[in-house]
Amino acid sequence: MVLVLALGDLHVPHRAADLPPKFKSMLVPGKIQHIICTGNLCIKEIHDYLKTICPDLHIVRGEFDEDARYPESKTLTIGQFKLGLCHGHQVIPWGDLDSLAMLQRQLDVDILVTGHTHQFTAYKHEGGVVINPGSATGAYSSINQDVNPSFVLMDIDGLRVTIYVYELIDGEVKVDKIEFKKTSTTNSAP
Amino acid sequence: MRTFAGVEDEDKWLAEGIAGIQHNAFFMHRALDANNLREVLKYSVLMLSELRTSKLSPQKYYDLYMRAFDQLRQLEIFFKDESRHGLPVVDLYELVQHAGNILPRTYLLCTVGSVYIKSKQAPSKDVLKDLVEMCRGVQHPIRGLFLRSYLAQVSRDKLPEIGSDYEGDANTVMDAVEFVLQNFTEMNKLWVRVQQQGPGTVREKQEKERNELRDLVGKNLHVLGQIEGVDLEMYKETVLPRVVEQIVNCKDELAQYYLMECIIQVFPDEYHLQTLDTLLAACTQLMPTVDTKIVLTQLMDRLSNYAASSSDVLHEFLQVEAFAKLSNAIGKVIETQLEMPIVGAMTLFVSLLTFTLRVHPDRLDYVDQVLGACVVKLSSVPKLEDARAMKQVVALLSAPLEKYNDIVTALTLSNYPRVMDHLDDGTNKVMAMLIIQSIMKNDSCISTADKVEVLFELIKGLIKDLDGTNTEELDEEDFQEEQNSVARLIHMLDNEEPEEMLKIICVVRKHLMTGGPRRLPFTVPPLVFSALRLVRQLESQDGDIAGEDVPATPRAVFQILNQTIEVLSSVPCPELALRLYLQCAEAASDCDLEPVAYELFTQAFILYEEEIADSKEQVTAIHLIVGTLQRINVFGVENRDTLTHKATGYSARLLKKPDQCRAVYACSHLFWVDDLDGIKDGERALLCLRRALRIANAAQQMANATRGNSGPVTLFVEILNKYIYFFEKGNPHITPSDIQSLVELINNEMQSDNGNTTIHSDPFFTSTLRYIRFQKQKGGLMGEKYDPIKL
Repeated sequence: MVLVLALGDLHVPHRAADLPPKFKSMLVPGKIQHIICTGNLCIKEIHDYLKTICPDLHIVRGEFDEDARYPESKTLTIGQFKLGLCHGHQVIPWGDLDSLAMLQRQLDVDILVTGHTHQFTAYKHEGGVVINPGSATGAYSSINQDVNPSFVLMDIDGLRVTIYVYELIDGEVKVDKIEFKKTSTTNSAP
Repeated sequence: MRTFAGVEDEDKWLAEGIAGIQHNAFFMHRALDANNLREVLKYSVLMLSELRTSKLSPQKYYDLYMRAFDQLRQLEIFFKDESRHGLPVVDLYELVQHAGNILPRTYLLCTVGSVYIKSKQAPSKDVLKDLVEMCRGVQHPIRGLFLRSYLAQVSRDKLPEIGSDYEGDANTVMDAVEFVLQNFTEMNKLWVRVQQQGPGTVREKQEKERNELRDLVGKNLHVLGQIEGVDLEMYKETVLPRVVEQIVNCKDELAQYYLMECIIQVFPDEYHLQTLDTLLAACTQLMPTVDTKIVLTQLMDRLSNYAASSSDVLHEFLQVEAFAKLSNAIGKVIETQLEMPIVGAMTLFVSLLTFTLRVHPDRLDYVDQVLGACVVKLSSVPKLEDARAMKQVVALLSAPLEKYNDIVTALTLSNYPRVMDHLDDGTNKVMAMLIIQSIMKNDSCISTADKVEVLFELIKGLIKDLDGTNTEELDEEDFQEEQNSVARLIHMLDNEEPEEMLKIICVVRKHLMTGGPRRLPFTVPPLVFSALRLVRQLESQDGDIAGEDVPATPRAVFQILNQTIEVLSSVPCPELALRLYLQCAEAASDCDLEPVAYELFTQAFILYEEEIADSKEQVTAIHLIVGTLQRINVFGVENRDTLTHKATGYSARLLKKPDQCRAVYACSHLFWVDDLDGIKDGERALLCLRRALRIANAAQQMANATRGNSGPVTLFVEILNKYIYFFEKGNPHITPSDIQSLVELINNEMQSDNGNTTIHSDPFFTSTLRYIRFQKQKGGLMGEKYDPIKL
C-alpha cells in the first residue's frame, strides 16, 4: 500500500492566504510516501511546507509559480503504475478530455495528473485515467465559477489504485472514492 | 564595630563559641539533674555569654544562637516545674534579673516570661509588654535582632489573640498587635543599623549579610497576618499605617524593598484592594533607589489573580476605583523618579496594561488610557534608542493582540498607532509582522474600509519605505517574507456587501500604490484577484447597486483593475502583467463587457509584442493567450478575427520550430469551439493543422541537415492526434484518407531513419494506433466513421 498525495493550484499568496485549517490538520507528516503537485504553489514557503509532509515531492510548473526551474512535465513510476504530471495550461482546450488523453498517450502513462481548471475530475478513458485534484485552497479560477477546496489521495496497491477525493464543502470535509484497475503491467485496453 | 576578618578566623571564633556553649551546657545539665537552681542559673548565664560576641557574621552567629536556643528549651522545662527548683514563677522572674550582663539576663527573662505567661498568673499582655521593653537594652544590631527573634519565637503561641488561652479582656487583640508591632519596629531599626562604611567589595558583603537577616524582621509581618481577630478594619486603621510608617521613615533601600514585598505577599489580596491608597502612597514615598516597579508589578499581579478568582470580586475593583489609583500611582512614580530610564517606565506600563487586560478586559477606555500615558512618556524623550525599552513597547503592543484574539478590537484603540509611531523603523516592521501573524493565526476578517485604513496605517512600515529606510539594505529573504505576508493579509479583508468591499479594495489599492517597484509584484496580484472575486459576486447578483462615490458595478471594478495592472509596467514585470490582463479579460467576457475584454486583450498583446523577449516565456505566454481566447465568447466576428489572426501570427513566429508547430496546431482550437455552435470553422481549423504539418516537415529537414538523421516523429504524431480530434468532432473537411496518409507519412519517417539502423517503435504512435483500432471496434457511428481507415 503506497499513499500518494496529489494536489495543486494553491495560488498562495496571490489568490489565497493558506490551505484550509481542516486540510492542514489532515496532512500529517510521515503518513504519505509521495506527493505529486500540479503546480501554481506559488511561493517557496508552500514548497517547504509540502516537503515537511513528505520529502519525496514532485512538482511541475504552473504559470504563476515563482520558481521557474520546475519542469513543464514529469513522469514517474510508483509500484505497477506509471504516472504523468503536468500543470495543464499547456494543453488546449483547457480541461478538454480528448486533448488530455493525447498528452497521456504522449507521456505513455497509466495515470495522468493535471490541474489548472481548479475542478476535481477523474476520468477513465481508453488509454488510462486522467485525474485533476482541483485547487487545494479553493482559489479563484477564471475557468471554474464555483471552486471548493479539494485534494486527492491515491492508494496504489498492486494493479489497483483507489482514488480518494477530499472536498471542503460548506465547512465540512466530504470524501469520495473511485477505483481503477490495470489489467496488466503494460498499457493495453482495459 | 566588627572588623571584617578572614573566613578562617571566623570559623575559629565560631568553634570557640560553640565549645564554650557546650562546656557550660554540660555543667548546666549536671545542675539541672541535681535540681540546683543556683548552679543552673550560674552556668546558663555563662553559656549565654557566648552570645555576647561581636566577631561573627550573621550566618555564623545564627549557628551559635541555635545551639543556645536548644539549651534554653531544656531550661524552660526546668523552670516550668516548680517542684524541681522550689521557686514560684513570680519570684523566678525577679531572680533572673540579677544576672550581671544584660544579654544573658534578657534571654533568661524571656525564657521565664514564657513560663510565667503559661502559668496564667499574670495577663499575657503585661508580661509581653515588659519583655519587649527590656529588650531595648541590647542595641547591638545583630545581638539585638537575635534576641528579639527569640522573644518572637517563645511568644508566638502565647499572644492574647481571640480564642487563645491567653485571651484577656476587651481590646485583647489590640494588645497582641501592639506587641508584635513594637517588636517589629525595633527589629527593623536594628536591622537598618547593620551598616558599615567600607570600600566597594565590603559593601557587597554587607548587603549579603543584611539579606541573611531579613527574614527575622519579616517574620513579624507573617505573625501579624496570622493573629486571630485582626480584621480588615484593624488592618486598615492600625496595622498597615504603623508598618508603612516604619518602612517610610527608616529610609533604608533594602528594608523598604523587602518589607513592601512582604506586605504584598503576606496579607490577603482583599485587604490590598481596600487599602490601595495607603499602599500606593507608600510606594511613592520610597527612596528613589528602590525598584518600585517590581513592587508595583507584584501588587498588580496578585490583584489580577484575585480578580480572576471569582466574578463578584470584580465589583469591588470598580468600587474602589483600583484602576484609577494604580494608574495615578504609576504616573507619579515615573514623574518623581527622574533618573528612571525609559525602559523602567515602559516596564511599568506593561505591568499596568497586563493588569488592565486581566481585570477589566471589557474596558477598552482603560486600555487606551494606558497606551495614552505611554505615548506621553515616549514623547518626552527625543528618540527611543534603548533596545530593551523597545522590547517592552513591543510587549505592550502585543498584549492587546493576544488578549483579544481579534485585531479589530485593537484597531479601535486610538492610542495604539501613536505608540507604534515611536518605534524605530526596524521594530515598527517587527510589530507590523506580529499584527499580521495575529490576524492569520486567528483567522480574523477585517470587514470595513475604515478599519482597513487603520490597519494599513499601522503596518505602513511594510507597505512603503518610511523616511530613512532604504529597501536596498534589506535582506532579500526577509523582504520577500514581509511582502508575502502583506499579500496573504489582503485575503483576510472581506465584506459580503459589494459596496463596502469595493471601498476596501480602493483603500488597499491606495496604500499599495505607495509601495514602489520592489513591492508591487508581490502585492498587486492578490489585490487583482480580490477584485475579480468581487466582479464575480456582482455578476451573480441582479442589477447594479448604486454606491456613494464609486457605484459598485463590474465596469467600475475593471477600470480600477486596468489602472492597477498598468502600474506593473514601472517595475517592470510584463509576464505577470500579461497573465493578470488575461485573467481580467476572461472575467470581462463572463460579464458580457466586450469593449473591456477587447481592451484587456489589446494590453496583453502589446506586452507580448514589446516586452516579452525570452523564448521560453513567449511559448508560455502564447499558450495562455490562445487558451484564454479559445474560451472567450463575448467577441463579435470582427474583433474575434483580429485577435485570432494576431494570435496565430505570433504562434508562427516563435523561434524554435517545434514550439511554432505546437502553438500553431493549438490555434486550430480557436476556430472550432465545441460548446459554441457559432464557432465551428472546419476549414480554418484544418488550415492551422496543415500549417503545423509544414512546420513539422521543415523541422525534420533541418534535423537531417544539421545532424544527419531525422529527428523524432513526435510532432507528426501530435498533429495526427489533432486530426483525429477534429475528425471525431465532425469537421467535414477532415476525411479518413487525410488520417490514413498521415499514418503512412509517420511510418515512412520512422523507417527512413538512415543513420540509425534500429527501427525503434514510438510508444506515442503505437498508443495512437491502438486508440484508432479501439474506436473502430466500437461500432455504431464512431465505428462507421473509422471504418475506411486501414491500419
